[in-house]
Amino acid sequence: MSMSTSTNIAPPTAPPVERENYLNKEYGVGSWLLTTDHKRISLLYLLSITFFFFIGGFFALLIRLELLTPAGDLVQADTYNKLFTMHGMVMVFFFLIPSIPAVLGNFLVPMMIGAKDLAFPRINLLSWYLYVIGGIMMLHCMLTGGVDTGWTFYTPFSTAFTNTKIVEAGLAIFVAGFSSILTGLNFIVTIHRMRAPGMTWSRLPLFIWAHYATSIIQILGTPVIAITIVLVAVERTLHLGIFDPKLGGDPLLFQHLFWFYSHPAVYIMILPSMGIMSEIIACFSRKRIFGYTFVAISSISIAVFGFLVWAHHMFVAGISVYAALMFSLLSYSVAVPSAVKVFNWTATLYKGSIRYDAPMLYAFGFLGLFTIGGLTGLFLAALGIDVHVTDTYFVVAHFHYIMVGGALMGYLGGLHFWWPKISGRLYPESWARLAALTVFIGFNLTFFPQFILGYVGMPRRYYQYPPEFQVLNVLSTAGATVLGVGYLLPMIYFLWSMRYGKPAPDNPWNAAGLEWQTQSPPTTFNFDKEPVVTWEAYNYEELDTPQPGGPH
Amino acid sequence: MSSSHVSTTIPAEAHDAHDAHNPALLHHFATEEQQRDSASLGMWIFLATEVMFFGGLFCAYLIYRGWYFGDFAAASTSINAALGGTNTAVLICSSLTVVLAIWAAQTARRGLLIVMLVLTMLFGCAFLGIKGFEYKDKFEEHHVPGASFSFDHVPIPGHPGQYANPQHAQIFFALYFIMTGLHALHMIIGLGLFTWLLWAAWKGRFTPEYHTPLEMGGLYWHFVDIVWIYLFPLLYLIDRH
Repeated sequence: MSMSTSTNIAPPTAPPVERENYLNKEYGVGSWLLTTDHKRISLLYLLSITFFFFIGGFFALLIRLELLTPAGDLVQADTYNKLFTMHGMVMVFFFLIPSIPAVLGNFLVPMMIGAKDLAFPRINLLSWYLYVIGGIMMLHCMLTGGVDTGWTFYTPFSTAFTNTKIVEAGLAIFVAGFSSILTGLNFIVTIHRMRAPGMTWSRLPLFIWAHYATSIIQILGTPVIAITIVLVAVERTLHLGIFDPKLGGDPLLFQHLFWFYSHPAVYIMILPSMGIMSEIIACFSRKRIFGYTFVAISSISIAVFGFLVWAHHMFVAGISVYAALMFSLLSYSVAVPSAVKVFNWTATLYKGSIRYDAPMLYAFGFLGLFTIGGLTGLFLAALGIDVHVTDTYFVVAHFHYIMVGGALMGYLGGLHFWWPKISGRLYPESWARLAALTVFIGFNLTFFPQFILGYVGMPRRYYQYPPEFQVLNVLSTAGATVLGVGYLLPMIYFLWSMRYGKPAPDNPWNAAGLEWQTQSPPTTFNFDKEPVVTWEAYNYEELDTPQPGGPH
Repeated sequence: MSSSHVSTTIPAEAHDAHDAHNPALLHHFATEEQQRDSASLGMWIFLATEVMFFGGLFCAYLIYRGWYFGDFAAASTSINAALGGTNTAVLICSSLTVVLAIWAAQTARRGLLIVMLVLTMLFGCAFLGIKGFEYKDKFEEHHVPGASFSFDHVPIPGHPGQYANPQHAQIFFALYFIMTGLHALHMIIGLGLFTWLLWAAWKGRFTPEYHTPLEMGGLYWHFVDIVWIYLFPLLYLIDRH
């Protein structure tokens, strides 16, 4: 698989039309499917997760259509159960968890630290294949009947009662989980061992710190969900009693094991997004990030604290009140590093020369939506309020503010920010701003009414509801439609820009960071010669001093 | 600054060409040391994921052992501690031969290296064979969880007149089979790995300067051994003190 055997990085002698880069170096299906170039693998991931994003989105659309009217009239109750289950499973395991690390992280981690590739390029390719195999298994499972337990597949319903395809869905997630573990393993080794000379830990971009923290969760959390899935599959096929109380087992053990991974998994989604925020906000404020060290360490502390709060998903499940008390307290502790980040980003904006390009619009959206999502998370960490709103739309709204308002806004912001580097083309700025605005409006219209719905008592996972909830549900469905348009727009103009977009300069944003100091798109080994770093991260004051005019 | 050049063929006149460039150095690493360190760190992280993977099972085991201690102790007496003990000895010996294999590579003793790798694999196969006998016994005694499971009138050690609850004993056996089964699967993967190492050693790939795959394979093998070191007392020796 050593296809990069003879790459002579020739000295730049007046490139004729288009410089050689990782995209035009080789053509043909084989050169993509057998590539070990982290940038090509990143694009393979981009394609495949976009595919699953639209599948998950399609399910979401059907859910919202069903909820347009109080009666259950569009689909059967069974089908509705399957819709929200498959929406959750696809979005969590096949879109959100791989999204930023596998696409942007894969592309940028080596470039930002001045490396030629990730430490283990072939393992990187293997991780994509595992993802694809898991994805095909999931597709097969969906096409042959799907699952109806909710994405949490709680026992004993999943092991002793439902007659849907639990084992197949579980195995699909098991395989995709190993893809996630391998990505995390690769990042940690790469960040430790592959940094360019002078790229000390205190000079690392915060994107790298965020991915380091994410990787810790991936490698320590994912194996636990893997073994949990094995136990569920064994219990279901052999009718054992590991989690089934009728046979002496403990369903709470399942919930503990499940949330031990699945709560930190939320930080797998949000931490990389926070990394993107630090890059975008510093760049478009033209300032060094405020309190660099604190923002870096807060990523690590979120990863660490994130492992200690899982049982706040189980406050009403019958755990000890003293345990609940501790988990409630610990859950509050996650708010501290999260708030450190939000305050430091805000302080970075202060007296910055802010530019309102599309990535920055997403960053502003992220700041507001993540704050709302985080603060409502504190409501849920409080024992009394949690009992009141457990399993209502309040919870649904809360985690969508984090996963969609936070993680997805960050992903889109990052995709716009680095698109010129990835594709070598500029995207159409005014369309992108319109899309960012559409996403923001559509998102709030979809999910804010759900906070109210949940607070006044509409439970989640029901396909019909009392008529007095209809107005808010109609607002939510209307918002989902706007949101859908907002997601389609970038896909269209990104594709358009690949052919018709203006060729991107090497550093269109005049951004700091090693990835901008090489050509767009980069060559296979990223840099003509190994970079030597002698400056601190986000040295925007320095960058802007010699040419006070700035770009554009 | 290294020349970015990869050659996949092993030059026949390795002695002369050796100081020029190690053919095993991959293009994206600057030095051999960086490549070795990366492999080693990657392996340790992989082992950390393995610890978490088995950790979920150990967690389940500890909870049910606490809940159903008497039943677990009764069930534990029915598995053959002598065979389990033998297997422990076999695995410890195999760890020794792995270490000797690496030493042989470090000191350029190709013949010894091959012998040690073969011995390691023989020990591995012996372990699996003995394990197979144990499984066969359990199968014949109807101790395999499922429809034909039976565990009636087995006394709880230390509590005369009390009998183990078959349902709770079944949880023990379920965990026994899942944990030892998963361990055996790791052994089989290890044997596959060592077959490849043996082939590479036969071809003379390993030198005192370059034997990273051997060290990585060794780390994996030791890890699988250590898992057994925990499984043996937890499963076989609950009430044998």
